[in-house]
Amino acid sequence: MTAAVFFGCAFIAFGPAFSLFIFTIAKDPLRVIILIAGAFFWLVSLLLSSLVWFIATKATNAQDLTLQKNLLIFGSIFSVILQEVFRFAYYRLLRKANEGLAAISEEDGPPLSVREMAYVAGLGFGIMSGAFSMINTLSDSLGPGTVGMFGDSQYYFITSALMTLALTMLHTFWGVVFFEGCERKRWWVIAVVLCVHLMVFSLSLLNPFYVGSILPVYAIMLLMAVWAFFSSGGSLHNITLLWTCRKSNTETSS
Amino acid sequence: HRFIGGDSICILRQAFFLSCVSASISGDTGVIHVLESEADLEWPLSKGPNPPYMVLLESSLFTRSIMMKMKNESNRVAGVAVVVPNTSPPEFSPHTTCPNENTGVYSDNYGPNLAHCNTTVWNPRGNGLSYEEFDFPVFSLKEDNETEFIKQCYLDHNRAVNGSAPQYPLCAMQLFSHMHAVTNTPTCMRRNDINFSINPEMVCDPLGDYNVWGSIRPYNDTVFGHKENESVVIAAARLDSRAFFWEVSTGAEGSVSGFVTLLAAAQALREVTHEAPPTRNILFAFFQGETFDYIGSSRMVYDMENGKFVIDLDNIHSVLEIGQVAVHSGTNLFLHSDPVSRRNNTVNDENLVNNLQSSTAGLSFLLVEPNVSQPLPPSSLQRFLRAQPIPGIVLADHESAFNNRYYESFYDNAANLNLTYPSDLSPEEQLEFVTDTAKSLTDVATVVARALYKQAGGNESLVNNIKADPKIVTQMLYGFLVSSNNSWFQAVMAPELKNILKPSPPEYYVGVAMSSTPTRLVQYLLANLTGAATNLTQSQCQKPDELPNESRQMYSYLWVQGIVPPNSTERDSFCVRASVRLTKAVSPAFELGEYASKDYSTWTESRWKFIKARIFLVASRDLEMLTLGVGVAVLFTSLLVTYFISTKADVLFSSTREPASAAY
Repeated sequence: MTAAVFFGCAFIAFGPAFSLFIFTIAKDPLRVIILIAGAFFWLVSLLLSSLVWFIATKATNAQDLTLQKNLLIFGSIFSVILQEVFRFAYYRLLRKANEGLAAISEEDGPPLSVREMAYVAGLGFGIMSGAFSMINTLSDSLGPGTVGMFGDSQYYFITSALMTLALTMLHTFWGVVFFEGCERKRWWVIAVVLCVHLMVFSLSLLNPFYVGSILPVYAIMLLMAVWAFFSSGGSLHNITLLWTCRKSNTETSS
Repeated sequence: HRFIGGDSICILRQAFFLSCVSASISGDTGVIHVLESEADLEWPLSKGPNPPYMVLLESSLFTRSIMMKMKNESNRVAGVAVVVPNTSPPEFSPHTTCPNENTGVYSDNYGPNLAHCNTTVWNPRGNGLSYEEFDFPVFSLKEDNETEFIKQCYLDHNRAVNGSAPQYPLCAMQLFSHMHAVTNTPTCMRRNDINFSINPEMVCDPLGDYNVWGSIRPYNDTVFGHKENESVVIAAARLDSRAFFWEVSTGAEGSVSGFVTLLAAAQALREVTHEAPPTRNILFAFFQGETFDYIGSSRMVYDMENGKFVIDLDNIHSVLEIGQVAVHSGTNLFLHSDPVSRRNNTVNDENLVNNLQSSTAGLSFLLVEPNVSQPLPPSSLQRFLRAQPIPGIVLADHESAFNNRYYESFYDNAANLNLTYPSDLSPEEQLEFVTDTAKSLTDVATVVARALYKQAGGNESLVNNIKADPKIVTQMLYGFLVSSNNSWFQAVMAPELKNILKPSPPEYYVGVAMSSTPTRLVQYLLANLTGAATNLTQSQCQKPDELPNESRQMYSYLWVQGIVPPNSTERDSFCVRASVRLTKAVSPAFELGEYASKDYSTWTESRWKFIKARIFLVASRDLEMLTLGVGVAVLFTSLLVTYFISTKADVLFSSTREPASAAY
């Protein structure tokens, strides 16, 4: 659909992730490493779950469309579960690594707190998930045509980009919440994250009824943002502090 | 998107002007518009709000006026797709009204009042579309499911309702047909010659192929130039034709009728010339590339003038050419001759005319000379006359203008010759069925054979025994106009060439690959029909010089597949010895390097990578800009918010923090 759509969708899908990377991750090499390792963990989980799906489709009749669709749903649910398993595995790995990093670092104590690792790991998952969702669609959007010849909606590109954006941010928030839950041994958090992930997936099944899928997903994203904010040490008091701090700064400077 | 197969476009360039230009290298995209009438042309050309348009035409609308109107507004037209139906319109000829007018014999110096069709317009139905330059590609589409899909897409998305503009998304088509050649032949050939790199990029190639010739008495293929006391009667026909779209050139009346008749005449003469050889030799010549300013005949005349052929022009006694002979407008056929040389008494056509007219004894038609003094129709004979006065006659079914209503178009096919078969026959039975068309051409071939025998000084008493074989004629018509992959053609072809036989008729466009199917078929047919089967084995056939009585200089030896005997699966292959040769038919202009020559054909064909088309929907510009705008807004907002949060992170995320490490 031409370069305009390509850039527009690329910016929508990857803009926030890009800015987060630039301002919070890029300057610290350790964070970069954790980000990339997190992306790799997500990738491995996808690979294993897709292997299962692939075997299932090859073993069955390719002509039966409802069966294939059901297999896809089954495969995706399996993938969601596997992603959360790998998130937990990554958490254990980082905890182990943290001790080692603390031993060799020059400062007293570990160079990265668990909260920071949680955020970076979640962002890593999110970026990789977004890339896989969006890259093929982006490359198709460079051509002169758009979706719709066989009856599909012409808003496909922009809604794909919006979903990818939501999913990236959701993975980040889930990472924060999940790791915090594991730290505090609150195992119900893991179950809730898994359920929310499954809920987002099932909402995406409503496409192309975009109103029914995009709006609820964004609502969930806002809720998760709030929860992640609180679980990483924020509070309403801090927000008011921020506000008055700015106020007082402007008062003193003027 | 969906890919569409489509034959395509015109791609040739002559010396001084373009003749159909191509698309841009990234393809031409346009919103599909199915043209309903000539008045509907207003929509793509002026009223439609979403230019450029890709115009889809039914063949009835593929006329000169519509194409020229689109040519004038070519910035609003991205391309044209023509739907080729299965039935023919009443008449259609994209060729010019005066074919080959600049390279024939008539010019300001020779019969100026006859030049440029001043007296007789040979192809009055010609609209000259094949020689127009278009800035957009022109495709052809067959009338099948894919074309229906395109029309349905147009009806679903692009139809203007009550004059208001249709809503996005719109159905569009993109045609890729980038041609590498530029401007005209001299420029293009000069670009070919630039060799900066190790792999020079050729951008165009000269048109050409091979002429096929055979003779009653063989000639030594290594001895060229004038032969003392040798007098030859030349019987000529042309092999090629063209259409607007290069892949569908059928040329039934334009070329097939002529060369099939000549092949049948050659076969009819075989026996009598072995029993009682005539005093003069008879040379059968089949010229390729005649459509494009007489490529084959001009090359043969050039070779004769320069001592590169087995005989030269002084050896020629007379020329009999078979033109278009299958579409009769009465019972008679006509003998055309050149009035200028007759008037000057430099040549004497009387003998040839008498021989021809007397040969129709016992047959149902007469051969008549036209009433008025008119020039020769476009024919290879004109190139011979250009070099030197020679007695010559062109045999044709038209007295003045062509009877052919589809000259050089894709409708000049079997239906144009009324070639019909009863519906319940299998392909093999159709091959053997003697149609009325075949019977009529057989009679013409009989006349031609008898006249040639008399003209060559043969024994008069044997003339009435010469008869062409209607079975052979009908098999040839089937193979050349319906399906070339039949048992007879398979039997006469070489084993390594059997892949050129297809279940459809061959294409008669001369091309650049020097290996066109008609040339090969005529070569092998002429060899089988005039040559002799020998006992040589396959290895002997390839190296006949080792045997005492055989000589590759005098004959060509061809190993052919032969028929499949009834109770076996192996073919009965054998070696044919015939005095049949191929000579190169590339315009002398390219040998001489005179790419801007006015005397010789300078046609070239552009090179191209691939040709394809696809259809898809296009979105409105507004939606695209909206997407871009939203994207840029999201990017900037996220940059700002992230910067803000990251600087204030220590305030926002207070809890137990190690003092040294940076916060979020």
